[in-house]
Amino acid sequence: MLSNEIVAMLHQGRKNGWLMEPEAKSLFASAGLPVPRFAWARDLPESLQCAAEIGYPLVAKVVSPAVIHKSEVGGVAVGIADDRQLQVFYEKISGLAGFAGLLLEELAAGIEMIVGAKIDYQFGLIIMLGIGGTSVEIYRDVAIRMAPLTSDDVYSMLHELKGGQLLSGYRGKEAISKEKLVRVLVDFAELLHDMVPYIESIDLNPLLCSGEGCVIADARIMLGEVFLKTGGADPSFAG
Amino acid sequence: MNLSSLFAPETVAVIGVSASNDRHPANVIFSKNLLRYPVKTYAVNVKGGSIDGEEVFSSVSAIPDSIDLAVIAVRAEYVPAVLAECIDAAVKSAIIISGGFSEAGHDDLQASLVKLASGVDFPFVGPNCLGIYSPGVVDTFFLPAERMVQPAAGDVAVVSQSGGILVDLLVKFAREGVGISSAISIGNKAYIRELQLLEFLDADPHTGVIVFYVEGFARNEGRAFVQRAAKCRKPVIVLKAGKTSEGSQAVSSHTASLAGDYRVFASVLAQYGIIEARNELELVSYCEALSCYPDTVIKGRVGIISGSGGHGAMAVDACVGGGLVVPRFTEAVQQSLRNSLSENIRTIASVANPVDLTGSAVENDFIAAVETFCEIPDIDSILLLMLPYLPGISTDLGARLSKVYRRHGKPLIAYVPHVEKYSMLIEGFELNRVPVASSIESAVHMTHVLRRCRLC
Repeated sequence: MLSNEIVAMLHQGRKNGWLMEPEAKSLFASAGLPVPRFAWARDLPESLQCAAEIGYPLVAKVVSPAVIHKSEVGGVAVGIADDRQLQVFYEKISGLAGFAGLLLEELAAGIEMIVGAKIDYQFGLIIMLGIGGTSVEIYRDVAIRMAPLTSDDVYSMLHELKGGQLLSGYRGKEAISKEKLVRVLVDFAELLHDMVPYIESIDLNPLLCSGEGCVIADARIMLGEVFLKTGGADPSFAG
Repeated sequence: MNLSSLFAPETVAVIGVSASNDRHPANVIFSKNLLRYPVKTYAVNVKGGSIDGEEVFSSVSAIPDSIDLAVIAVRAEYVPAVLAECIDAAVKSAIIISGGFSEAGHDDLQASLVKLASGVDFPFVGPNCLGIYSPGVVDTFFLPAERMVQPAAGDVAVVSQSGGILVDLLVKFAREGVGISSAISIGNKAYIRELQLLEFLDADPHTGVIVFYVEGFARNEGRAFVQRAAKCRKPVIVLKAGKTSEGSQAVSSHTASLAGDYRVFASVLAQYGIIEARNELELVSYCEALSCYPDTVIKGRVGIISGSGGHGAMAVDACVGGGLVVPRFTEAVQQSLRNSLSENIRTIASVANPVDLTGSAVENDFIAAVETFCEIPDIDSILLLMLPYLPGISTDLGARLSKVYRRHGKPLIAYVPHVEKYSMLIEGFELNRVPVASSIESAVHMTHVLRRCRLC
């Protein structure tokens, strides 16, 4: 069962058709999935204040219902070091369409993974796992499973990835914690089981993974057509 | 829902026979079953009369016999009334051959059939289909008997959304010696769909391997299908058409674009231990291998025997490309192989795996090599590439090698070129349930599928 809080968050997204990054992150945080420390600042003074709380260096991103692909419009700055840089970035992006503030969050490090979910017409909820960046964009190196997922399913997904070696400490780099990644995926699939009637697809892109664990560095929740139209969860997918 | 009267009817009524057109689908079905199958077959047409001296009944209820299966081939607009009459007359099941329903935009007409049937749990196949062909039992395909290529009776059941593909598959099965238990064309699958047939065939004692040709499932239907197939005790093979369409979903997320319809389909099949054949060639090979070895699961460590170095090299390439392993034999194994061979090839044969017995090998060398392979723990399957034209071997070799398999149980897969001249050799294997491929590639597919098949 979804908490009332999560159902309310999903309803919040209806006006835009999707949950923007800070909305999606709040939802995942309330479900116990790992997100970085973040704040959603509506104007410059609030941004500076939030930045002081989180601490530099940090990541800043545009929040706008009109911007689905933030980096394509220059809406992402990684490693902002001080108030002056934050102010310059704020001025640059505050003119973007639909500008609704700035997302500020702590810098996270790790290997970029992509995790996704989609309501497939024939099979219902499916979960996707891939290695981010060029692996996914050029080689389309992803593994797909129908939910629910067991931890064995997730291990088999990791095994299936052609770039799986990169996760085990390739050329002296730190290996990621597979146990923690598996936990995140199993929890993610479990949460989504109850969200199926509300959603069309979800991207966690990237999910940053290291030896310490995983953190959802960016997230987007696209809402389902029936839910958007009627405000009622799509009953044909229930159960 | 009881489907047994569809698959093994004792009485069949063919509704819609024509008094003037011998080639009418109903007439073909009627005369075929009347003359060639052990079913009591009755013709029905509202006008009555007779065909070839057989009475034509004016309705199904006028037949003085209880009817197990009605084959309905009247015009689409008359089908609902005919179906209702069948239900009233306590007919047990129906196959609706007629087209002109959802495939032609007449969804309402099709829905009216489903409404009639679902109220009383009346099983019907179709509409817009060929129905069921079961060797020696019944045949509702409206294809003239003399032009239909019929595989022998066997244990492979094939369910197809496309009648054309199904008939074509039967031609290929016949050519490769794959026997079938039944072939079912489900057409628009208005009422009986893949899932019910999967359940029926899983319980059917005549069926050992279940094949589906699928164009697409309805919403969420694929989920129920794979979950049921995973519980199936028999191997389930799926051939999917429409692999390249990317679906109609707007590509608003990375996941939606990366997880296209076919990618999802193939992944979910593999997740649930269902075998995907990527094309007809694979499908026929998989069926042949699984029909012979339904309970065998191998890791895929292959030993290869041939009488030509080239054949061995080609087979190794195909094996390794498909993820199979061809381990090099230890010195001790090589020595015992060598010792088992006849003197004239002992020094010239290659025995490291692939084993090349050379063109000078005689019949007993092949048998000795297979015997030794059965004892080698490093390999769990044997690929035998036969060169039937070698002077030292006879047409009995297939049968003799099959006996070795029977003694040891290590799966043996043979390649013999499929031409008339070698049919005696091929029969020797096939009569003993050892699969024989018509190409090296197919032989490797056959080995491959024994690894992929997961018993649940």
